[in-house]
Amino acid sequence: MRYPFPVGRSDFIQGDEAIARAAILAGCRFYAGYPITPASEIFEAMALYMPLVDGVSIQMEDEIASIAAIIGASWAGAKAMTATSGPGFSLMMENLGYAIMTETPLVLVDVQRGGPSTGQPTLAAQGDIMQAIWGTHGDHSLIVLSPATVQEAFDFTIRAFNLAEKYRTPVVLLTDAEIAHMRERVYIPNPEEVEIVNRKLPQNEEEARLPFGDPHGDGVPPMPIFGKGYRTYVTGLTHDERGRPKTVDAEVHERLIRRIIEKLERNKENIISYETYALDDAEIAIVSTGIVSRSAVRAVKILREKGVKAGLLKLNTLWPFDFNMIEELAEQVKKIYVPEMNLGQLYHLVKEGANGKAEVELMPKIGGEVHTPMEIVERVVG
Amino acid sequence: MRKEILFSGFGGQGVILASVILGRAAAVYENLYAVQTQTYGPESRGGASKAEVVISDEPIDYPKALKPDCAVFFSQEAYNKYLRTVREGAKVIVESDLVPHRDEEFEKKLKVYALPLTGIAEETTGLSLTMNILTLGVLTAWTEVVSREAIEKAVLDAVPKGTEEINLRALHKGFELGEKARTEGL
Repeated sequence: MRYPFPVGRSDFIQGDEAIARAAILAGCRFYAGYPITPASEIFEAMALYMPLVDGVSIQMEDEIASIAAIIGASWAGAKAMTATSGPGFSLMMENLGYAIMTETPLVLVDVQRGGPSTGQPTLAAQGDIMQAIWGTHGDHSLIVLSPATVQEAFDFTIRAFNLAEKYRTPVVLLTDAEIAHMRERVYIPNPEEVEIVNRKLPQNEEEARLPFGDPHGDGVPPMPIFGKGYRTYVTGLTHDERGRPKTVDAEVHERLIRRIIEKLERNKENIISYETYALDDAEIAIVSTGIVSRSAVRAVKILREKGVKAGLLKLNTLWPFDFNMIEELAEQVKKIYVPEMNLGQLYHLVKEGANGKAEVELMPKIGGEVHTPMEIVERVVG
Repeated sequence: MRKEILFSGFGGQGVILASVILGRAAAVYENLYAVQTQTYGPESRGGASKAEVVISDEPIDYPKALKPDCAVFFSQEAYNKYLRTVREGAKVIVESDLVPHRDEEFEKKLKVYALPLTGIAEETTGLSLTMNILTLGVLTAWTEVVSREAIEKAVLDAVPKGTEEINLRALHKGFELGEKARTEGL
């Protein structure tokens, strides 16, 4: 297969472009979207590339329809993606819940900009962290990934597709305007180098009859594909193992919702990803995610030069969340700082994890600029 | 090795494109790490336009310029706004016709190469808009932050088909001028 961009070599491209190319290499062949700064370049790239790989890129009337279209495409067997920013992300919340409830694999990219409402279209923020995790109503779980570089935007997009397929769940790639528009060296692998995971398909009539059951005991039912000969009922209403609505049966509801949450919770170790820098002997920890982590690494280097034993925990996944790991960190260090481009979101997760074992201090920043390394340093050394 | 380069001017001068070409030369043709960022949005059209490139032989943490080692000023407004952000001893290229009012006191701390870049570009290629490519030639030969081969390949990747020859002519004129600055120890 020929790709409409060079593979097996490095390129110098924007984060948005990297996400589009990664999606194509991961096997995405259906994209539906509605243009919005700072995510529009993803759509532009998809519109250019999809026809060249026998895929579909379609502009819908709005973001509600965009996510609806990729849910449909996913049930028709395609790997599908949409991308948006805050205002569109808000519109997608209902159907994100539908995708969780119907266990539909898909990738939703949210390129964060300043909010609420239309806010600061061209400037970066991290104000959608809580929305990505808890924005849709009802008890649920999903996967949220958070890249810090253009290379990570590329790598995490491929991972997002694989996790979506493996666990039959929507995955949110939560990035921001800074990474989306930044150009950076990124290695675009040869297709043979890319690990591809495909969803489980029913192996027989029996399995196909239980599209919301648990025939393998791993919480992830095989997904019958529309048009492949099985009759499948898909609904956002509480449903039994066969997909039939059972809206007043407490037991059915509990079994379904607990399985949807448990299938990710029990695989937490395989899903959660993080990196540490100089954390082994640290007395001061910085916990961050996304673009801010890059200022934080630099801040740790400067703090170490000043003789402060600082270290960094950079979270690559925001959900599922490893509260225990944070508690262990809190037992090791005296204080945890949480710099983030909002007025306090990741902070609350970290504080819950720390469980009172160490002081947790928020370093908020809004307005569009990433924290400078010195802003973090000065806050730590006072 | 971490090198920070600032490009600034007003919308339409090719400030952003110059920064992208330099970053590409480093990242794709020198196998170095590189990040390019820019001011984006309504404020970048017509008014002051700014782009930054950070080049390093190791992964780049903070992606923005902290204290630029090298800076290019194509307008008075950009010069006024950003000159004092560069580090002491920085190599600075100034479009002398477009920056008539200079901060002589601060410039004493810098290595300043002031040239009527737009006019030179027009003389060289007949097109003043090749000024950004010519400047990349000056910057490359003067600072040697990337090789001439690398910048040449990156220029060819970026310019429209049919304009290769004219852009290379601008680039080579820039090499000549940058070489002069380098050999004169500026």
